Amino acid sequence: MSQARKQVKKKFNPAVLFRKQIFIPIAALLLLAIFNLIADPSFYKITLGYNSAGDPVLSGYLMTILDYGSELAILAIGMTLVTAASGGQDISVGAAIAIAGSVILRVLCGTDSRPDHMQAPVIVAFLIACVVAMLFGAFNGALVAYFKIQPMVATLILFTAGRSIAAWINNNELPIISDPSFAVYGGFIPGIPIPTPFFIAMVCVIITMLILKFTNLGLYTQSVGINESSSKLNGLDPAFIKFLSFVLLGLCVAVAGLIKVSRLSSINYSVIAKDIEMDAILAVALGGNSLGGGKFNMTASILGAYVIQFLTTTLYKFNVQSDALPAYKAVVVIVLVVLSTPKAREFMGKIAKSLKGSERSVA
Amino acid sequence: MTEKKKAGFRIQDMTDTNLLLAITIIVFFLMYIGAMVFQGKGFLKAQTFFNILNANASLIITACGMSLVMITGGIDISVGGVAALVSMCCAVYLDFKGGNVFGAVLISLGIGLAFGIVQGLLVAYLDIQPFIVSLAGMFFARGMTTIVNTAPFNVANEEFIAVKETRITVPGFGTVNKLGKYVPAYVEIGVIVALLVVIILFCLLRWSRLGRGFYAVGGNSQSALMLGINVRRTRFLSHLICSLLAGIGGFVYFLHVGSGSASHAMGMEMNAIASSIIGGTMLTGGVGNIIGTFFGVLSLSTIQNIVSSAGLDQAWWTGITIAAMLCIFLIVQSVVMARKKKALK
Repeated sequence: MSQARKQVKKKFNPAVLFRKQIFIPIAALLLLAIFNLIADPSFYKITLGYNSAGDPVLSGYLMTILDYGSELAILAIGMTLVTAASGGQDISVGAAIAIAGSVILRVLCGTDSRPDHMQAPVIVAFLIACVVAMLFGAFNGALVAYFKIQPMVATLILFTAGRSIAAWINNNELPIISDPSFAVYGGFIPGIPIPTPFFIAMVCVIITMLILKFTNLGLYTQSVGINESSSKLNGLDPAFIKFLSFVLLGLCVAVAGLIKVSRLSSINYSVIAKDIEMDAILAVALGGNSLGGGKFNMTASILGAYVIQFLTTTLYKFNVQSDALPAYKAVVVIVLVVLSTPKAREFMGKIAKSLKGSERSVA
Repeated sequence: MTEKKKAGFRIQDMTDTNLLLAITIIVFFLMYIGAMVFQGKGFLKAQTFFNILNANASLIITACGMSLVMITGGIDISVGGVAALVSMCCAVYLDFKGGNVFGAVLISLGIGLAFGIVQGLLVAYLDIQPFIVSLAGMFFARGMTTIVNTAPFNVANEEFIAVKETRITVPGFGTVNKLGKYVPAYVEIGVIVALLVVIILFCLLRWSRLGRGFYAVGGNSQSALMLGINVRRTRFLSHLICSLLAGIGGFVYFLHVGSGSASHAMGMEMNAIASSIIGGTMLTGGVGNIIGTFFGVLSLSTIQNIVSSAGLDQAWWTGITIAAMLCIFLIVQSVVMARKKKALK
């Protein structure tokens, strides 16, 4: 009995840790890690192999998480800003990735859909994709900020039309780039065994952190999310901040799009980045950020993205079909959201109190 | 000058609901007449119109539920997923388990009710954003559909096919074909169900205490609470009815296509939301009309028909046209409302 109570005490007493936002993703990560350790320790095996080009490559489930979690982390950065500023989520990111990817391929391929070598430098294609993705972000942002349409409904427009637009950009053809130098962005840099997307994500994270540290973007975003009218009274332009957050998400989408098309060196309009909006929203929620806007913690969101990928990879390992994955994730979302509601918190607080009370009475 | 003023007054005199409804109905008739003039033959036949009804009966039903939720100030994007789940479960039940049609109807109602109760509870009593709840609901339903059965297949149950093939002739709209034989115009059972749903919901929203409660809660939940309306229960009921209608819509969809597949009713939630918005339901809640939604579905499907009969590559053009139409109507709504607010001030 006393032992059980001690355990409870351990859980609830370091209240400082428990109250910290980053606790949620770390706890989820530990839970998943322990689960995998018990179920099958081979999950953590990392092997050094060589890919077809003869370069050293690390492979294993953990590398998959680093690899695929990175594009999610990049999206989570933008999604966190949008969530914080507008109190809603952008559900068109998957479709927007298809558009950005399609633009990149279109520029690289030129008029021929199967070129022998690229028609333009990758950086040019990437920059054009950035501009296009930011324009679509601006479209979403304008609807939300200036026409005052709910974010999720406003982005529903692009969600429907996005993949069609992506197909239209390439005349519904499926361009393939055979140049191996293009595959670097979604694969491996020759000589470095860690997947490139991880480095790209790190660069994005560092830039974001610097921006948040040295500009007022974070503060302004949070204040708009917490109370729009009072931030307006304080001289901010809430509409512009919201608009800006959607444009920044567009930038993140372009980076994720580059990684996505580089992985395949091609594109499949209806499948590329499918359901990724769900994962991105989940990453934000798992980071402990309120989905209703306001305060945010960027580090927690980014960590949340990797945790989501951890979950996905774990589910894959247990032979869950990719089409059935959403069902499991949906349950996770609901549990998370229910736990974060004020009522559930109140309830948990009551339980914690009664436990403490009983402890005292015993003592 | 005077004319402008007059128009302004007239707009001000109309309620929000009637104004948006009028816009919708005018747009629909203009579009259909345009289609008759420019596309010619096909659209002149009455059967073309009935075919639009046949193909979209399920959409009418789900869109009505969607309007109800939107009037109450919520949203439900799980309807497409629920419809797919219903079609797959019914298909498996009829084909593998040798069930009868009555049982299949019960299954679809049960699935709809289950989703409605869970989502309604989460939205109304735990104050979670309806979008998040129904997004999870959508993914859950789609995932479950795959878990129930992966491969799409056609149902061969004889009793079911008999029901599916039942055609109700509409007197007075038949045509005489080239051989001089009279071809009667027909509708499927689903259309009757859809019309019943439209009429019942219309009456509910217009004349019942509960129906007025939906508008009150959507318009301003604070003042609704002060009027003594049980806001939580009203919200709960709106989600319950919406999911129930999604279940019925799923069955009607299944009745129309006669197969189960995980990719069924893809984007139906989008079409339902779009038709509701085109039909003059405001996203902010409190404004909307079931008749408008009915015309919204008709406008949407007429556009789809025009696009496909114009010979454009349908798969992507439909997506783009619907999105464009939705975008235009959203902006019209927001502009109309902004102007009205200014005029009132």
